[in-house]
Amino acid sequence: MCMRPPRRTEGSADMAVITYRDALGQALREEMQRDPDVYLMGEEVAEYNGAYKVSRGLLDEFGPMRVVDTPIAELGFAGIGVGSAMVGLRPVVEMMTWNFALLAIDQIVNAAAKVRYMSGGQVGCPIVFRGPGGAALQLAAQHSQAFESWYAHVPGLKVVMPATPADAKGLLKSAIRDDSPVVFIEGEMLYNMKGEVPDGEYTTPLGVADVKRPGRDVTIICHSKTVAVALKAAEQLAGEGVEAEVIDLRTIRPLDTEAILSSVARTHRCVVAEEGWPFAGIGAQVVDLVQREIFDELDAPVLRVTGADVPMPYNKGLEKAAKADPAKTIAAVKRVLYAEAS
Amino acid sequence: MATKVVMEALSPTMEEGRVVEWKKQEGDTVAVGDVLADVETDKAVMELVARAGGTLLKHIVAAGATVPVSDPVAIIGEPGEAVDGGAPAEKPAADAKPAPAPPAPPAEPPSEQPAGAKRAGREGETGASASPGAPAPTAEQPAAPVTERPAPAAPAAAAPAPPQGGRVKASPLARKIAAERGLDLQGVAGSGPAGRIVQRDLDGLERKAPPAAAPSPAAPAAPAFQPSGSGEPFEDVPLTQIRKTIAKRLAQSLGPIPTFYLTSEIDMERVADAREALNALGQGKVSFNDITIKAVALALKQHRACNAWWQDDHIRYWNDVHVGMAVAIPEGLITPVIRYADQKSLRQIAAEAKELAGRARERKLTPEEYTGATFSVSNLGMLDIEEFTAIINPPEAGILAIGRMAERAVVHGGAVEVRRRMRVTMSCDHRVIDGATGAEFLKTLKAMLENPLALVW
Amino acid sequence: MAGTATEAARNGAVSDATADQYRLWLRQMVLIRRFEEKAGEAYSLGKIGGFCHLYIGQEALAVGTLAALRDDDYVVSAYREHGQALARGLSARSVMAELYGKATGCSKGKGGSMHLFDASLHFMGGHGIVGGQIPLGAGFAFAAKYRGTDQVSLTYFGEAAANIGAFHETLNMAGLWRLPAIFVIENNGYGMGTSLRRASAIPNLVERAASYNMPGVVVDGQDVDKVKAATDEAVERARRESTPTLMEIRTYRYVGHSMSDAAHGTYRTKDEVEEYRARDPITVLAQRMRDAGLLDDEGMEAIEADVRAEVEDAVKFAEESPDPAPEELWTDVYAPAAQDGGER
Repeated sequence: MCMRPPRRTEGSADMAVITYRDALGQALREEMQRDPDVYLMGEEVAEYNGAYKVSRGLLDEFGPMRVVDTPIAELGFAGIGVGSAMVGLRPVVEMMTWNFALLAIDQIVNAAAKVRYMSGGQVGCPIVFRGPGGAALQLAAQHSQAFESWYAHVPGLKVVMPATPADAKGLLKSAIRDDSPVVFIEGEMLYNMKGEVPDGEYTTPLGVADVKRPGRDVTIICHSKTVAVALKAAEQLAGEGVEAEVIDLRTIRPLDTEAILSSVARTHRCVVAEEGWPFAGIGAQVVDLVQREIFDELDAPVLRVTGADVPMPYNKGLEKAAKADPAKTIAAVKRVLYAEAS
Repeated sequence: MATKVVMEALSPTMEEGRVVEWKKQEGDTVAVGDVLADVETDKAVMELVARAGGTLLKHIVAAGATVPVSDPVAIIGEPGEAVDGGAPAEKPAADAKPAPAPPAPPAEPPSEQPAGAKRAGREGETGASASPGAPAPTAEQPAAPVTERPAPAAPAAAAPAPPQGGRVKASPLARKIAAERGLDLQGVAGSGPAGRIVQRDLDGLERKAPPAAAPSPAAPAAPAFQPSGSGEPFEDVPLTQIRKTIAKRLAQSLGPIPTFYLTSEIDMERVADAREALNALGQGKVSFNDITIKAVALALKQHRACNAWWQDDHIRYWNDVHVGMAVAIPEGLITPVIRYADQKSLRQIAAEAKELAGRARERKLTPEEYTGATFSVSNLGMLDIEEFTAIINPPEAGILAIGRMAERAVVHGGAVEVRRRMRVTMSCDHRVIDGATGAEFLKTLKAMLENPLALVW
Repeated sequence: MAGTATEAARNGAVSDATADQYRLWLRQMVLIRRFEEKAGEAYSLGKIGGFCHLYIGQEALAVGTLAALRDDDYVVSAYREHGQALARGLSARSVMAELYGKATGCSKGKGGSMHLFDASLHFMGGHGIVGGQIPLGAGFAFAAKYRGTDQVSLTYFGEAAANIGAFHETLNMAGLWRLPAIFVIENNGYGMGTSLRRASAIPNLVERAASYNMPGVVVDGQDVDKVKAATDEAVERARRESTPTLMEIRTYRYVGHSMSDAAHGTYRTKDEVEEYRARDPITVLAQRMRDAGLLDDEGMEAIEADVRAEVEDAVKFAEESPDPAPEELWTDVYAPAAQDGGER
């Protein structure tokens, strides 16, 4: 079932260059065409065409029963989505941003993630919760948060975070077809990103990381927005003779441990870059894995690049200082290489 | 600042050591890695080396003294530096206790701690973002021995001063490479933070002199002995209930190791012929013992159930075969190990066995050379013993006792013939090996020795 | 209509169908009562662990509401759901085994007292977070409407859950979207130890229905006839008109909130409990049946004996059933194709 889009076949005739936003929209449209049980629900998804225009045109095509505008009531509509999934529909519940999903987290964690287990396997919950996560620009503390480690902590949930348009489409299609609940975290700053997306039907499997740039000297593990950060860092490092391998996790849970371990076993050095806070973050999980499984391959401690351990400030300069960026990533890479520290 | 030299644990089981001879005298200049003294452990005579350089200021104990592990034996420092602490050199060493406690060494000033230590314990607080933002650890410390120990390892009251300079800091990868290439990390200058030895520091370093026997000139290059089979050196198998019950019941019946014995008489005619023919080549001598070791190793390879360790809550089945070979020495018994014996040629085994036995008698074996056997053999044939039972060396599950080769009248091919025969008795740990399991191993061993071509098949 | 059947019963002239229904209800209510008493006993013996919330005193509510549903309708409840599970048709064996945490339990021993499920009976679980099941119930109704079936969904929750956000958010959407949902407030007067008067700005919870543009009804929960009749009307509205209903069914639990809560003494008086016992739902129905000549002492004793045997059989079954296999720890976390949610 899983076909990977051929990446980096530049100029290929079967590739269109579209935005991440439109790639998500294509995935929704194709899956709703394919399966009548798939529907989209959330605030402003229908008549307004989506707060971020991901669902543009869907109401016209599928009507109000399948593209459902909700009141501002995250807990309520998340739970209604979960209930409908328990009896066989395949809802895609849009959170205008993941900050608001905090109001719905009881339904995501206590209902969606657990109902299969609590019922002894009788009742499943094929649902996708999706929306943008992390910081955009100067939205301050309550609107600039990365929640992937919260959800990845929960057995029963899958957590998916595409970084490119092609992955966004392929992964969303897989998430909708998955029989387990999926937390699908996009990025407001990614919606306008353009990239080649194969025409037509393909899916990208969940739980499979992707090497976004091969290298031999150090492995940079990243996901979502930090993929661009890592690629920029790798490009600059290449100018200094350091070949960094950039691994995009794409799925946080299940984690593609094989991809991580095989790369780090080759490079012997590892940096993990993520947008979220450092404490108990995704990088901590990667560090645990690497030291546990391939301790003897390490030539240096695994270092992490994260957001600052503070609520996000509004001030532009402070906000920039709080974010993971290429400079911090390069500094970490140099430390694991025992090169001169910046 | 003066550095105390402590009695180090030079064997896995050593609790105390006797200073046989001081190799460096008070006033001598010493460098890191210099041999300070010969120390007799419970197993061998080992070298105590300097972990710090300077001048040997004082022998805290005299030659002949027996000192518990981690107690101080000498002090190294700058010439003329005042020596605090240490007992006078003439103090009778036999009861050497930790010297009167010197004032506790002052906590190291924070600036000398590696950056990592400074960050420890505050990951949940603010500011730990992007660790690269923290001050990079430059080489604040001399590259050679580092003088601080991780806090959890700090000894309790028994050892007032933490042993100084005992630990080599190296990245896991550097340690692995060193082990693979036979490099000695002691004395390698580390270029990482706080003198950590990292991969690049090992580039171009020479392999240390191999402790094993040099193969004779004509011998083919020894292959690298790789973990074999599945690629794993061993497999740990959890105990089944029946295995637990067998273990418990049998141990109650017969002491800590419920041992049973299996004896087999092996026709050695063809082995004797083969040995004569090999020795006639004039390329070194091979003994019956060597041949038996080789056959045991190959038979173990076929019977992993006997190539195992009892580990209390599980059984470790070894995929690699390391045969221990009991060697009598004046002080008692030691069992050097022929590693990967199943993969080695008879000639290699013969050379190695001879070399190990020689150094065992001189008590020059290193701990790595007499630990880690997966099965052992003990041979008293040369002392004219017909047959005997050997005591299992735990955690191994079996040992083979080899009696003398004797001419006996046996029925062979329908007629009574005088043939050279040898009796072997296998002691089996019944918690691991059952009767039939041991018997099948012995059957394979017997078949191999009765048709020695099987050893090269 | 309730009145008709009740009047008929008083006059000793009930139809055969009504008589059969009464006998069934009486047996179900006695079963729930004796089952719960036995569960309480097993709990005190340490056979049942965790939380255990008994339904004693509320039997008519479960039996009367569920009598109005079809097999393909959906039911979801909170954590005081043993009675509803039994009334919905889960066997005493499978429920008791679940309380015992056994592999033969309705949730394979992985749910326990608070998480009874039987997907084949569309019994969609007991749920442990107060009010968490209310949007789920609306979700089942949403699915029915989405698919164009005429199924309805019935959601139980206690009166204290009517103060939680999920109640208001869900009822708003159910009213807005005209979902075929019935929301049943099991008003037993107390949210744990806090009485309704101390928790709600208005004492008549049913008035909240007006805020969400749906009918609201108050029902005497100790009279199974009245419960059934009112639920019939709500089901009809949902099935035919896709209109939700808020039912406030007033009942009483004789026992504490959970096993660690005394039946009376701290937040209510013994007199209050005795007052309600006088209107015991089983007594109410049994008397009606006696008046109609449908029940005598002998008949009641026969029901009791029959139920006793069923409950004892359930206990024996639970006692003798195996624990879940150790590997069950790891199953049912993800959909079968991918039992590997952590590291791959």
